[in-house]
Amino acid sequence: MILLKSPFDRNEIKKLKVGDIVHLTGTIVTGRDAVCKYLYAGNDSPMNLNGQILYHAGPVVIKDESGEYVVKAAGPTTSIREEPYQADIIKKHGLVAVIGKGGMGKKTLEALREFGAVYFHAIGGAAQVYAVRIKKVTSVHLLEFGSPEAMWELEVEDFPVIVTMDSHGNSLHKDLEQSSEKIFKKLIG
Amino acid sequence: MINASEMTPNLYNSLLSLIESTSSELPIDVASAMDLAKKNENEKTSAAYALNIIEENRVLAKKYIAPLCQDTGTISFYINHPPHFDRTSFEKMAIDAVISATKKGILRQNSVDSLSGLNSGDNIGLGHPGFYYEENQTGSLEIKLMLKGGGCENVGAQYSLPDTRLDAGRDLVGVKKVVLDAVQNAQGKGCSPGILGVCIGGDRSTGYAYSKKQLLRFLNDENQITELKKLEEEILIDANQLGIGPMGFGGKTTLLAVKIAALHRLPASYFVSVSYMCWAHRRQGIILGNDMNIKKWIYR
Repeated sequence: MILLKSPFDRNEIKKLKVGDIVHLTGTIVTGRDAVCKYLYAGNDSPMNLNGQILYHAGPVVIKDESGEYVVKAAGPTTSIREEPYQADIIKKHGLVAVIGKGGMGKKTLEALREFGAVYFHAIGGAAQVYAVRIKKVTSVHLLEFGSPEAMWELEVEDFPVIVTMDSHGNSLHKDLEQSSEKIFKKLIG
Repeated sequence: MINASEMTPNLYNSLLSLIESTSSELPIDVASAMDLAKKNENEKTSAAYALNIIEENRVLAKKYIAPLCQDTGTISFYINHPPHFDRTSFEKMAIDAVISATKKGILRQNSVDSLSGLNSGDNIGLGHPGFYYEENQTGSLEIKLMLKGGGCENVGAQYSLPDTRLDAGRDLVGVKKVVLDAVQNAQGKGCSPGILGVCIGGDRSTGYAYSKKQLLRFLNDENQITELKKLEEEILIDANQLGIGPMGFGGKTTLLAVKIAALHRLPASYFVSVSYMCWAHRRQGIILGNDMNIKKWIYR
């Protein structure tokens, strides 16, 4: 297991390879369908994303009695929907990593290689495992997109993820698609 | 007759308990299937890693009565009721329970106006939540709730046979081919190991609705129709040979179960509708007593 702390060091990120289990500590920021489309359209990011990690997630967040935001559930959402946008956002905003589930396509894999970034896979449906490791909501932007679609800046501790696409052109998803496709063809004759 | 006056606060409390349990607790049959999947994977693989995290998550969600998955999904109530059941009063009560569960963070704010993009903030909107009724003559009132997330809903598929691309004809061999295609295409999107509800026949709307209804069946129930029982078993074996595995990390368990039913069709149509459910299959059910308190849980 590898520990990474923010501010994240791109050289450390570049050393990661597919299959590495990583625990993240520090700041991550959520952004999914609405945010990715918004940034791709050329709108300015409400926060500096350079060196940051974007988390494809739509958390459940409520306000407690004292008015503080509390994250009640925060697993990853399906990343492939952001495939049209992600490469551009990595390039333009200087992200060092994306966290999501299910992996991404060719265009993103190419951008990871070109800009020295990685794709971290979180476990889908494991909303409590991630929620208990979120220590604080630092701030929220673009709340007008609705709570699940907003940009939530989160302080996390030992946030467990696994590298499934690295900065060297490797993708577990690409490999599995190919191997399962072969078996599928055989099965359907 | 169950009328408005009987829709006491007890019903509200029962429905709120149903929502809390559905969001936070895996049904007993799904939990057993996940335990078996974990036992079957080799240690120290990425698949085992995923299943370990999932297990930790199950424990935490139950302990904190908090969502297993942050996408608390489409809220569908399936109601089996005696004659003269007051649906209007029931829905008012259910809507109140949904709003309250949303405020508590048991449900995510999950209802978006498709035209304006605005989130209603309380899970109430056109078609939200969904209510599906059946009438019985036995006098019992049974309410099942399913919370189906968008990730798995997006990978549902409907095929019209014959399908030239897959060389799938209008027979059970053809059905098998298209269902396997749906599993292959779901990888990386729906969270595996998944569960399939399948309907052969019907039209485009009844086919999908009936395929989804199959997800209410216990995973280990036995299909009474011999051909379908056999088809369920065969598809399960074949799909698990694909090697997609938990979360698409590679591994032995791609599907936990396959549940198939058939409806009559038109001579011109032969639809196969597939509803994919993720491992976080959130469905619970309650049987209510005359006082509207919970008499029995169905899947716990």
